[in-house]
Amino acid sequence: MRKKVIFKGIALPWLLLLPQLLITGVFFFWPAGQAIYGSFLREDAFGLSRQFVGLENFTEVLADPNYLAAGWTTVVFSTSVAFLALGAALYLAVQADKAIRGANAYKTMLIWPYAVAPAIAAVLWLFMFHPQIGLFGRMLNGLGVPWDYKLNGDQALLLVILASAWKQVSYNFIFFMAGLQSIPKSVLEAAAIDGARPMRRFWTIIFPLLAPTSFFLLVVNIVYAFFDTFGVIHALTGGGPGQATTTLIYKVYVDGVQNLNFGSSAAQSVILMFIVILLTAVQFRFIERKVHY
Amino acid sequence: MATLSLDSVKKQFAATQVLHGIDLEVADGEMIVVVGASGCGKSTLLRIVAGLETATSGHVRIDGRDVTALEPADRDIAMVFQNYALYPHMSVFENMAYGLKIRGMKPAEIRRRVDEAAQMLEIGALLERKPRQLSGGQRQRVAMGRAVVREPKLFLFDEPLSNLDAKLRVQMRAEIRRLQKRLGVTSLFVTHDQVEAMTLGDRLVVMHQGRAAQVASPMEVWGRPADTYVASFIGSPAMNFLAATMEPGGGAAALKAGLAIGFTDGPRAGEAGMPLTLGIRPEHIQLGQGGLDLAVDLVEPLGSETVIHGTIRGGETLTVRLPIPARGIGAVLPVILPWDAFHIFDGSSGRRIEPA
Repeated sequence: MRKKVIFKGIALPWLLLLPQLLITGVFFFWPAGQAIYGSFLREDAFGLSRQFVGLENFTEVLADPNYLAAGWTTVVFSTSVAFLALGAALYLAVQADKAIRGANAYKTMLIWPYAVAPAIAAVLWLFMFHPQIGLFGRMLNGLGVPWDYKLNGDQALLLVILASAWKQVSYNFIFFMAGLQSIPKSVLEAAAIDGARPMRRFWTIIFPLLAPTSFFLLVVNIVYAFFDTFGVIHALTGGGPGQATTTLIYKVYVDGVQNLNFGSSAAQSVILMFIVILLTAVQFRFIERKVHY
Repeated sequence: MATLSLDSVKKQFAATQVLHGIDLEVADGEMIVVVGASGCGKSTLLRIVAGLETATSGHVRIDGRDVTALEPADRDIAMVFQNYALYPHMSVFENMAYGLKIRGMKPAEIRRRVDEAAQMLEIGALLERKPRQLSGGQRQRVAMGRAVVREPKLFLFDEPLSNLDAKLRVQMRAEIRRLQKRLGVTSLFVTHDQVEAMTLGDRLVVMHQGRAAQVASPMEVWGRPADTYVASFIGSPAMNFLAATMEPGGGAAALKAGLAIGFTDGPRAGEAGMPLTLGIRPEHIQLGQGGLDLAVDLVEPLGSETVIHGTIRGGETLTVRLPIPARGIGAVLPVILPWDAFHIFDGSSGRRIEPA
């Protein structure tokens, strides 16, 4: 049943919509418009003069080896985060689904990391893996593994990947859990009677039936890795050492806020805006197709 | 082809005893129907045989081999589920081939077996479809096909007809029976529907509160029910029960309604005055003077027959099924209760009392 309310006149509906429209306008459309406008301008570092440069900011950014390096870092980072977070969440969901006793306790604990703010999560990982004061960092060095993510770029990337994936596992876990619960128990029993062992049951029945959920989550995770991991990177490595952990979103911040190169930063934002529009379009198209298998 | 034997199988879920020790011997090729109201433990029993539940105690043997501790995969059985449980992402062919593929059968042999089964079940044209493109009856056939291609030792049916509409149910019922006879596979069929039970089974297991109240052929269960529960469960409309007491000598009973009923097949052991329950099926009651007067309160016309509900002297209810038209049935109907139609049960335990 759909409830349709019919208003007399136009004033009240507009009034009711106003708060949401105001928030969307002020916090989304205005900055987005500013970014697009700014991407065509070049401004001196003191903000005293600006001039229109057309698409020059874009051509410059796309030809910049530093930008392309950040792009590659983002690809490696996002793919790793997405697959790590998806894989771990799927494994945990399957295990929690099997648990008979204390299943709710597992579920609650697995969902907790989602409630931790990115910066705090980063500090948590920092305290664990700091080469001098971190528990695991010291342990690794004690075992003879030369661990110092402040000097080694690969180690730094690994650490931000782990921290970012860890935060996303909870979200994926909830969706996988729901996906698993929607698979009829009798289907799995039928497979068991047909002679399929647990591993075979997983790969031939459970995994294919979870494919729609997995695809949806893949898009969500890539969007997360692209845009929502700024806090983790900022608090853990600050994009370094060198540029080892500078992703596209982090570079927007570095160029705009630290280097005060507003034009370039704005152009980069606009490029990211297009990427997120693209990803959202993919996701929407997918959600529209309701039947999955 | 195999025998199945259950040896005091018990099942307990936490504090609830679901099965109180079931013994059953199923001969090779026999179709056993386990029937009972919901919650009687019939599905649990089937799942224990399948290996989907483990028995708390007791043994399950298939073909003499103790399978109690084996996984479902190792029992060489096939099961048809109430909701069909087809693999939604696989085509009909893949659904039927799944179990064979796991057993490492050659593709050509799989093809041959699936085609053969599909032909037998008339689903040959559907092999490339997905389950969601099939009707309920077609899904049921595919589920049957998946069981048939495996050529298992044992077929297990868990209320497979409950989700079908009435007409299709009757049709599939006959088909299952024909198929089972043709293949000669030992089968266990669980249902709550007494008509299904009567028509399908070589023998019935009537379950009541976790116990097998009676194990016998359908006609035996209908004709000589072991207790009042079985008597009331099998037969529609249900058997009438009238309170009575034993007359001295054990050759007759005095109904609470004031009528004396002689035991035509011989006297029963028991003291005079012992409480009895006398059962009589609605269709065995006849119209005529000299018996009881039935105060009619509901008339159900069934076409060729009419079911009449009413009360007799003493306030007990009585249901009568008569081959007369509903029209013209007055407020009071004179009925006769033939002596030889009565079943004699112990008034306190409900057990059938046979002639001494």
